[in-house]
Amino acid sequence: MSLGSLYALLAIGYTMVYGILRFINFAHSDIFMVGAYSAFFFIVIFNIPWPLAAALAVCFTALVGMTIDRVAYRPVRDAPRISALITAVGVSSFIENLGLVTVGARPKAFESPQFMSRVFHIGSVTITGVAIWVPIITFGLLAVMIYIVYRTKIGMAMRSVSTDIEATRLMGVDVDKVISYTFALGSALAAAGGILWACKYPKITPLMGVYPGWKAFTAAVVGGIGSIPGAMIGGFIIGLIEVMTVAVSPNLSGYRDGVVFLVLVVFLLVRPTGILGETLKEKV
Amino acid sequence: MSDKFRKTLLTIIFIGFLFVVAWLADTYLDEYVMRVVRTGLVYITAAVSYNLINGIAGQFSLGPNGFMALGGYMVALLMLPLEQKEFVWFLQPLIWPFRVFSFAKPFFPLAVALGGVAGALGALVVGVPSLRLRGDYLAIATFGFSQIIIVLANNLIPVTNGALGIKGIPEYANVYQCLAWAIVTVLVISNLANSSYGRAMKSIRDDEVAAEAMGIPIFKHKLLAFVVSGFFAGVAGGLMASLITTVSPSFFSFSMTFNLLIIIVLGGLGSITGSTITAFGFTIVSEALRFVESPIDIGPIHIPGISGMRMLVFSLLLVLLMIFCRRGLFGQKEISWDYVLSRFGNCSQGVRTCPQKTEQS
Repeated sequence: MSLGSLYALLAIGYTMVYGILRFINFAHSDIFMVGAYSAFFFIVIFNIPWPLAAALAVCFTALVGMTIDRVAYRPVRDAPRISALITAVGVSSFIENLGLVTVGARPKAFESPQFMSRVFHIGSVTITGVAIWVPIITFGLLAVMIYIVYRTKIGMAMRSVSTDIEATRLMGVDVDKVISYTFALGSALAAAGGILWACKYPKITPLMGVYPGWKAFTAAVVGGIGSIPGAMIGGFIIGLIEVMTVAVSPNLSGYRDGVVFLVLVVFLLVRPTGILGETLKEKV
Repeated sequence: MSDKFRKTLLTIIFIGFLFVVAWLADTYLDEYVMRVVRTGLVYITAAVSYNLINGIAGQFSLGPNGFMALGGYMVALLMLPLEQKEFVWFLQPLIWPFRVFSFAKPFFPLAVALGGVAGALGALVVGVPSLRLRGDYLAIATFGFSQIIIVLANNLIPVTNGALGIKGIPEYANVYQCLAWAIVTVLVISNLANSSYGRAMKSIRDDEVAAEAMGIPIFKHKLLAFVVSGFFAGVAGGLMASLITTVSPSFFSFSMTFNLLIIIVLGGLGSITGSTITAFGFTIVSEALRFVESPIDIGPIHIPGISGMRMLVFSLLLVLLMIFCRRGLFGQKEISWDYVLSRFGNCSQGVRTCPQKTEQS
């Protein structure tokens, strides 16, 4: 459950950017990592109390996401699709290696707050605080997210950009600003996901985002890329599949990443639009 | 003397010249430099094959590391001496056909070719379902498949020895073998690119819908490009395995694809000349840049060595290239004999103002 909700948080970032720009933000998984690290540094170096540090980290990461869009993606927006993809792969690798160079490859121990690490006993069942809090926080964030996208003016602008970018521009909407905002929102969610992930698995490394990133991406594809509710459903499905693979047969635990990729490939081949995705008409 | 005959003759002379250079280099240069040269030649094979699918057919694949892994493991399984095989698979025995035989040195080219066949078969299996997809979906599907190959390599211990990899592969990939394979790759792929198949591929790259409307069987041409590309990726993987005498899943990870991507983008997507030159240049530069990762003392300032710095430089380079110089060094141009002859003006039957093979785009 908590794994699935983390994938859902990340998957929304992929889906939002894809819905608007029709392009896969490969660097999203690294933004996730930046989120976890910035929270770590806010706590350890500046000694800020945990909730404030987490909030600051989320803001900082949103800023990073916007910067990436401004510096790397905006110049290639009108270029062929393949250039944008290559740029995204490059940005992703750049952030990973920047992480390796600046903070080093050695894993750092992430200190999770008291309420996360507490252990509850309900009857004979023991549950850690993480398992309870992660889904709760996730659902809270998702509710905020849905409110922003479906009930506010900027959300309306985002939805209209994803429907028709040219028409939106003609309506006098500053498309670049909307896209920036989308990146900020997606990155903020990724940062929240990264921090919660670090609470669940308190070992952070510069490459921590790679596998969660791909699984979240699979979740976005499974749910129907471009659709926010789809991304949430997909996240939970992927989380479930991953846990079930190990639960059904512990011998298969080495293949758990393989299983997720298999799901990705099968979905791409059988139903590339996913569960809730709309079929895209091809434009000539 | 017909035009075509003369060009063939020139090609043969040039290849002979390359082998003489290789012989001279092998005789006079030291082991370390020759190792860099051989790596560069293998990278030419890998990059040119990757350029066929990405640059010429315009299908963005992220899977060559998977096909290289197939080739590498194939060569490792075929070439590893029997006693070494027993030594490597000490936990679980190796599966049957490979347990009882291994190739002797003269059969190394055959093993490499079989590695290529493994890569081509892999490409066929991956390509048939996934080439129906386009653009980013294709990129992800190929990435997914190559990751599955790496996950299998990590877990199929009776075949691949898992994450430990296979050590002690005999180092038969000398400079002549590497050079020969690089030449074969460049010749096959440039001839393919200039044939009717190649023109069909380029038309698919430029506008898939229009190409389909002109009656070009899209899927067939994409698959052809993919399988040929997979073959030479397998060859490159096999040579690489013999060159570094070991294969492991981490060696064929996504960073391999990433390096190749930088090479073909830098050289110009669609330019075989570009890929060849940058593949060689990239290897040399990435060796030369090793100093970045070692500790440096500039007067009183001491900079400790940081590993990963080279990759940082390369990824920055890739992004900058995409933003400022999207066509790379060569764009889609080629250096061909027509071009060379018209440049130096000894083309007796009249100089072509616009060389045949050079595309102005």
